[in-house]
Amino acid sequence: MSSVNSAHSVVEPGAMSKRIAASIVIAYAVITMIPLVWIFMTSFKSPPDSISYPPKIMFQPTLEGYCNLFTTRTRQTSEYIASLGTPTSTCDETTRSRNMVIAGPSNYWPRFKNSLLIAFGSTFLAVSLGTLAAYGFSRFRVPLADDLLFFILSTRMMPPIAVAIPIYLMYRQLGLSDTALGMILLYTAVNVSLAVWLLKGFIDEIPREYEEAAMIDGYTRMQAFFKVVLPQATTGIAATAIFCLIFAWNEYAFAVLLTSGEAQTAPPFIPTIIGEGGQDWPAVAAATTIFLVPILVFTILLRKQLLRGITFGAVRK
Amino acid sequence: MAEVILKGISKSFGETRAVSNLDLIIADGECVVLLGPTGAGKTTTLRLIAGLERADSGRITIGGYDVAQEAPAGRDVAFVFQQYSLYPHLSVYENLAFPLRSPARRLGKDEIDRRVRDVARMVRIDHKLENRSTRLSGGEMQRVAIGRALVRRPSIFLMDEPLSSLDAKLRAELRLELKRIQKELGATLLYVTHDQIEAMTMADRIGILAEGRLVQIGTPRDIYSNPANTHVAARLGQPHINLIPVDVLPDGRAPAGTRTVGARTEHLEISLGGNANAQIDWVEHLGDQNHLHIRVGDCKLITLANPYLPVKPGDKIGLALKNPLYFGADGNRMY
Ligand SMILES: Nc1ncnc2c1ncn2[C@@H]1O[C@H](COP(=O)(O)OP(=O)(O)OP(=O)(O)O)[C@@H](O)[C@H]1O
Ligand SMILES: [Mg+2]
Repeated sequence: MSSVNSAHSVVEPGAMSKRIAASIVIAYAVITMIPLVWIFMTSFKSPPDSISYPPKIMFQPTLEGYCNLFTTRTRQTSEYIASLGTPTSTCDETTRSRNMVIAGPSNYWPRFKNSLLIAFGSTFLAVSLGTLAAYGFSRFRVPLADDLLFFILSTRMMPPIAVAIPIYLMYRQLGLSDTALGMILLYTAVNVSLAVWLLKGFIDEIPREYEEAAMIDGYTRMQAFFKVVLPQATTGIAATAIFCLIFAWNEYAFAVLLTSGEAQTAPPFIPTIIGEGGQDWPAVAAATTIFLVPILVFTILLRKQLLRGITFGAVRK
Repeated sequence: MAEVILKGISKSFGETRAVSNLDLIIADGECVVLLGPTGAGKTTTLRLIAGLERADSGRITIGGYDVAQEAPAGRDVAFVFQQYSLYPHLSVYENLAFPLRSPARRLGKDEIDRRVRDVARMVRIDHKLENRSTRLSGGEMQRVAIGRALVRRPSIFLMDEPLSSLDAKLRAELRLELKRIQKELGATLLYVTHDQIEAMTMADRIGILAEGRLVQIGTPRDIYSNPANTHVAARLGQPHINLIPVDVLPDGRAPAGTRTVGARTEHLEISLGGNANAQIDWVEHLGDQNHLHIRVGDCKLITLANPYLPVKPGDKIGLALKNPLYFGADGNRMY
């Protein structure tokens, strides 16, 4: 049909509207990127540069923020510092130039590892449980299915922090306060409702004939689920996993309330950096920059699954 | 291959009675074709045999075993679906190998490869084995779907309108091919179709379904020439059988109680230049033959005629019955 190629094609937007759409998207992207770029720049500034007014766009980049983030330092007399040998690293050198010496590693790296463990652990659990539950709701006649689904969704209707105090008390009783397990369970509980709903939508889209065919071909329902349903649900699983991960990764309120030591995650730790030795904005910015990396990497890794359509219709209708 | 017996099978979906009290025996190595209008319960019957639906009542035995408690995987049937063809995330080769790789079967890699390639050649898809299954034409997908059933040696093949998405030429080819394969393998085959030519050529016996009931079953010849009622008569024959009130055409032999006369081409005799009781409405030229649309009083009939019959629209002709089929008020055959 010639209409597809004409200026007023039904399927392709015109060049003009494409250009307008593109400029809106670009403008929006730039605006949302500005704070991120600012944080990224600040992380490479020296502390005086970071608070200078007017703000410096051009500056001498330094790794001081990152050094300060990963170390604890003590102030020393210049005689003592002079008596030390040659600096062993760039960090050593920058620290000494501020009349300080490195006393040891900071808590950032352990906190960051806690965040990784808790966020990925709870995402894995929420997505696994969510996939199985969604499959059950999608394929079997579950008694009171609609009510159950509504109930599952209703756990999301209030802000999770509304139940913070009961959970705080419960966790103390159960000995789950300040444990990674406790945080994983908590984030899983919050995320699983979202996972069930999102995934049910995706699994509903997969025709059941695929499983039926597989079951006739000699597979059990469980095997058919893994061989036929899961590969076709990857798009939905990827999207759900990213949502769950972003929530668990960024969660602040529960983390402040329930973790303080061993199991503390990065979000409640980052503000405490400000206190140590004046307002160390570059260290805070460095912490935030590093904190962004896992989500970014995870999203880029799953990009293909996210963008790919679900099945491209091998179903004859 | 095995004998499959359905006894008193019923299945309802809520208010809808999809299959009711169905008795059917498919002998070992036999090809039975189910024919019926849409919604007659054909697909449901196949799904019941495959174990995808549970019968409300009745017994199904495959090879002498009652399969009521068997999951689909345990029933050893192969199914070609009506609405569905292939696993979209697998290549053509993997689609064909999928049933053979089932944990229940444990075939060697070489054995699987050999069978897949054999079948691919059989359904003529061997040049596209590495393609993604979503990058095939409808006809190719359908051939792979048939191939996926044929790689196995199940007790029974269940095929739900497997050729319906193909063009006429390919359909004719594959029809012959399927029949040849079925004979060669001695396969038990239950085949659903809307296409009466497929039914006539493939079937050892044809079963006519209507509203979930098996109305009649018999050899194609038998179903064609001895339909049990008007419904069965209407399913076979091209053009469709003419069902006309008993008093429209002269015929002294109608048994008492006859309400309807069924007249196919072979039951109608056209005479030119005698007593005219009918008129030609129009003539459809099909090439090797013509469809004559004839009007008798208020009744319209369609019949085949050889293309050299010198008639044109408006002509008066004589029309007489010759051993037609007689049906009573309830639609059943009168003898
Ligand atoms: N899962 C189901 N739920 C409810 N009703 C169903 C279901 N499957 C089939 N039916 C009903 O059962 C009846 C028989 O359906 P079936 O699919 O067996 O018809 P069919 O003969 O295969 O028709 P077609 O030629 O259109 O494929 C129909 O009235 C249909 O609406
Ligand atoms: Mg059907």
